[in-house]
Formats: sequence, C-alpha cells, structure tokens
Amino acid sequence: MSKYIKFFLVGIFFGIVLVKSEAVSWYRIFEMFKFQSFHMYGIIGTAITTGILLLLISKKMSIKTTEGRLIRVPKKDRGFKRYIIGGSIFGLGWALSGACPGPMYILLGTGAFSIIIVIAAAIFGTYMYGVLKDKLPH
Amino acid sequence: MDYILEPWPWYVSGPLIAIVMFLLLYFGRTFGMSSNLRTLCSMGGAGKRVAFFDFDWKAHRWNLTVVLGAIVGGFIAHHLLSNPTDIALSQQSITALNELGFKNAGKSLLPDELFSWENIFSIKGMLILIIGGFLVGFGTRYAGGCTSGHAITGLSSLQLPSLVAVIGFFIGGLIMIHLIFPILF
Repeated sequence: MSKYIKFFLVGIFFGIVLVKSEAVSWYRIFEMFKFQSFHMYGIIGTAITTGILLLLISKKMSIKTTEGRLIRVPKKDRGFKRYIIGGSIFGLGWALSGACPGPMYILLGTGAFSIIIVIAAAIFGTYMYGVLKDKLPH
Repeated sequence: MDYILEPWPWYVSGPLIAIVMFLLLYFGRTFGMSSNLRTLCSMGGAGKRVAFFDFDWKAHRWNLTVVLGAIVGGFIAHHLLSNPTDIALSQQSITALNELGFKNAGKSLLPDELFSWENIFSIKGMLILIIGGFLVGFGTRYAGGCTSGHAITGLSSLQLPSLVAVIGFFIGGLIMIHLIFPILF
C-alpha cells in the first residue's frame, strides 16, 4: 500500500493545481479556442518550457528514477494519420465538453457530479476505439 | 494566504504542471491521464471481447491512484482553497458567451446551460455531454494520448508525433467552437 502513497499525493497536487489554474473550467477552454485570453496558452507554454528544462537537466545530471533507472520518456510510435485524425476527434470533444481526461476526474471532486456522464461516455469512446482499431487508418 | 485562495496565475500553474510530469517520470512512470480510460475498460472485463483491452490492468493501479488523488485534490482546491470560485474570463469571452445564450459566464467552473441536472435531462443536454465525452475517449486513444501525454509530456520531450496530435487538438477545437457552436447554441 505504501508504494501507492506517492502517486496519491502527486494526484492531489495535480488536482489542486488544475483547479487553482482554472484549467478545469469549461469556460477557459472556450476562451482558449476563441483566442480571447492568453491564460491557457501561458499555462501550456510555461508547462512545456519547464518540462523541457527539467528533462534536459535530468539528462545532463543523469538523474535516476526511484527504481534506479535513468529517467526516460516513452517514445510515441511513428505515424501521422492517427495523430492528426485522432487528435482532431479529441479536439472536437474537448471543446464541446470542456474537459480532457485529467479535468474530468478533478471536476468530480469539485462536486460537479454531472461530469460522470462525460466520463462514462469517454470510457465507452475508448472501448469503441478498441473495437474498431484494426479498421482505422493509423 | 490570499495568494493561495485567489486563482493562480499561468506562470505559476504551468511550471507546477511540469513538476507533476517530472515527478511521475522520476517515479519511473509517465504522465498520461487518458490511459486510465483504457485501464477502466480492461478492469470491466473488456479484454475478454477485445484484444486491445487484454492486458494486466493491475500494473496500472498506480495511475488509478493518481486519479483518486486528483479527485481529492479537486475537492480540496475547490472547497477549501478557493475564494472566490468564479473565473476571471476576458470581457470578450463573456460577451461572446452571452450572445450564444450562456448567461452567467464565469460565475462557476462549468456552465449551468450544459451541466445543471435540469439541462442534462433534456435530450439536447444529454446528447452534448455524451457526444463530447465519447469524442474525447475515442480520439484520445486513437491519437495515443491527451493533453497530459501529448501536449505536456510529448512536447516537453520534443516528439514530432505529439506536435501533430496537438495540432489535431486545435483543428478539432477550432472547428467545434467557431463552426459548430453557432449552430448548436
């Protein structure tokens, strides 16, 4: 059980940050796609910049994981179609429901219980991808 | 204390999200929230019918634990660490939302017009949430990741597929907001 505590704590931290940044708000996603505020671009931009720096530093200093291996980011498979088509489908849903998979769970915690419909539909969407996977262009 | 209770500026929030990503990599895992949707399918027994879900979901319990934490974090942040809880939207967005029929834009995290029980039990309201969620779940697995896996982790590690996916996120989002919303609302 104790090995899960650190993940639970990271999750709590993640939930707090996303609520306090307002990134869980449907309105902020609308505003982002309308290009009417810098807020979301600032969040994503500084997250990526910090992420690049952290990964560069950990590479330079050969920082090891708690399990003793070098820090490694899983490589995405090569391809184009799945990323552009799948990404666009995701974008349509993201803008409509205002929630990507992280915020969905976090919103549940804020007491927005109707989000459970979005979560259930997202699980079903993932299931349907699994069913249709071999018939889709990748 | 006021700094904590007020909304956090983007230049604080962004780096903190990168720290979440880094901590998970440091623990020998990775930052990917949408993978949990696949794990939940597998937990529910989908692996018996569909090979894509036939894997040892127990190996992903750490990520479900992150989800549990995120739910608790959402509770703590919203109920204990937020005052006020309304969203400081730009005036332009408030005007645009009013024109679409969203009345109290920014007064809560989510618009009542979509998420109040009253609206959910209308056919249109229910369909919007179901279709929105379905597209997110289908698209994210098709693209192999969501905002955490592609936009944050993938771009931080300078991976081209993630850039393509994020461009896709924006193609879809812009089509929805600029072309479909004026028809829907």
